[in-house]
Amino acid sequence: MSGKGMNLTLKIWRQKDAKSKGKMETYKVNDISEHMSFLEMMDVLNEQLIAEGQEPVAFDHDCREGICGMCSMYINGEAHGPDRGVTTCQLHMRMFKDGDTITIEPFRAAAFPVIKDLVVDRTSFERIQQAGGYISVNTSGNTQDANAIPISKHAADEAMDAATCIGCGACVATCKNSSAMLFVGAKVSQYALLPQGQVEAADRVKNMVAQMDLEGFGNCTNTGACEVECPKGISLDNIARMNRELIKASI
Amino acid sequence: MSGFLKSSIGRKVAMALSAFFLMFFLLQHFAINMLSVFSPETFNEVSYFMGNNPLVQYGLQPVLLFGVVFHFVMGFILELKNKKAQGVAYAKNNGAANSSWVSRNMIYTGVAILLFMIFHFNDFWVPEIVEKYVEGKSQVGKDFHAHVVHMFENPIRVGVYVLAFVFLALHLMHGFTSAFQSVGGTAGRKKTLQNIGKAYSIIIPLGFVIIAIYHHFNH
Ligand code: HEM
Ligand code: SF4
Ligand code: FES
Repeated sequence: MSGKGMNLTLKIWRQKDAKSKGKMETYKVNDISEHMSFLEMMDVLNEQLIAEGQEPVAFDHDCREGICGMCSMYINGEAHGPDRGVTTCQLHMRMFKDGDTITIEPFRAAAFPVIKDLVVDRTSFERIQQAGGYISVNTSGNTQDANAIPISKHAADEAMDAATCIGCGACVATCKNSSAMLFVGAKVSQYALLPQGQVEAADRVKNMVAQMDLEGFGNCTNTGACEVECPKGISLDNIARMNRELIKASI
Repeated sequence: MSGFLKSSIGRKVAMALSAFFLMFFLLQHFAINMLSVFSPETFNEVSYFMGNNPLVQYGLQPVLLFGVVFHFVMGFILELKNKKAQGVAYAKNNGAANSSWVSRNMIYTGVAILLFMIFHFNDFWVPEIVEKYVEGKSQVGKDFHAHVVHMFENPIRVGVYVLAFVFLALHLMHGFTSAFQSVGGTAGRKKTLQNIGKAYSIIIPLGFVIIAIYHHFNH
């Protein structure tokens, strides 16, 4: 494999901490295997930087298998890079060519402030979840078995599709308005479609939308960019459903 | 309810409702203008009616003015809020990879339409209002058709109108289906409505263009 790998130029956003002004820095990595994931390529870069006595590039990651939603990065102008339906940890280096220059930036939004380098603070999403992204269940030990509640296959499938949202924030990062409506739409929908979600439905959508606005996310213009860049293929239909839910809850 | 209109989604719903109203008005405007090509007499009669019937003048006209003003003011409010929501600009952003140009530039096509509307109001609406309410002249027997033909003698005016309708077509190309999504419908995402939207946003502006060019060459 050695000698056949890719040589790449990386332009990466470096920012010391939340208060500092950041800037783009250029690095070179050599002999990158096409079988590597994007994060493994970043590991190679960081090993190299450490060996040279430089500060490694900080980036978020955890599961490295596309389920936790921690990894982020805006790669060559797209959230999670040029591939579709994948997170950055699932992005293969074979999507790039030898000699390429790759631009790597943090997810940008006023509600996602940079903590360091490529790491951004996405706790605004958690506060939206806390505002209503749950159902209140008595867990005293005599909880009703969920399987005892009849749910149509169609509703179950749609709720499951919505629930696959991993809260990564790619939708916000990619939206020209930094709107979080795909994320909130998915979180509202996963309950709105199920009988268990009905009791608190009106409060849920009102409170989650209010928190979303409070966090300073923008307004949806229906460009559809979020749906294209979402690693989990969350549908724009979820935004329409959230809008319907809010209209219903308000009148 | 007041909370609804202050929410991001409430604003979008209101935006879409004003847009639906404008699109409906545009159809009506288009139908009347078509008369100027096919039947100048009928065009004069309808123009007189629209300009002098109290229900139209004092009922519908204020609603229309409110609808137009509401739409562009809300458009500006949303744009400002969205600008504020953005963080530092990306060094590299590939918008074309995931969305259409028209959807990303509603504010620019919108501003172009607004500039045109000022020009257009100055051409037709202001003189009408002055004639009726300032000079207090009667419009009985007025040749509205002749005025239209006279206005389109000027090739520069024709050019401005044609350009404006290109912007309107671009605005509607995204706007038509977007409005359905904003009010919580998914119909705008289905082929049928997308085709109707395309047809509407091409045929109506093109029709207006043809009317302007027709009068330019037929005076
Ligand atoms: C007067 C100048 C105008 C301005 C400044 C303007 C501006 C805008 C803006 C900024 C949006 C996007 C709002 C958003 O982010 O959701 C929009 C949407 C829209 N506009 Fe306009 N516009 C104008 C005139 C018109 C006219 C004359 C029509 C139709 C006859 C129209 C039809 C629409 C439609 C259908 C939408 C989509 C609504 C939605 O997304 O919910 N606009 N306009
Ligand atoms: S909707 Fe998609 S892009 Fe947005 S947070 Fe959820 S998984 Fe990520
Ligand atoms: S690291 Fe968990 S999704 Fe990428």
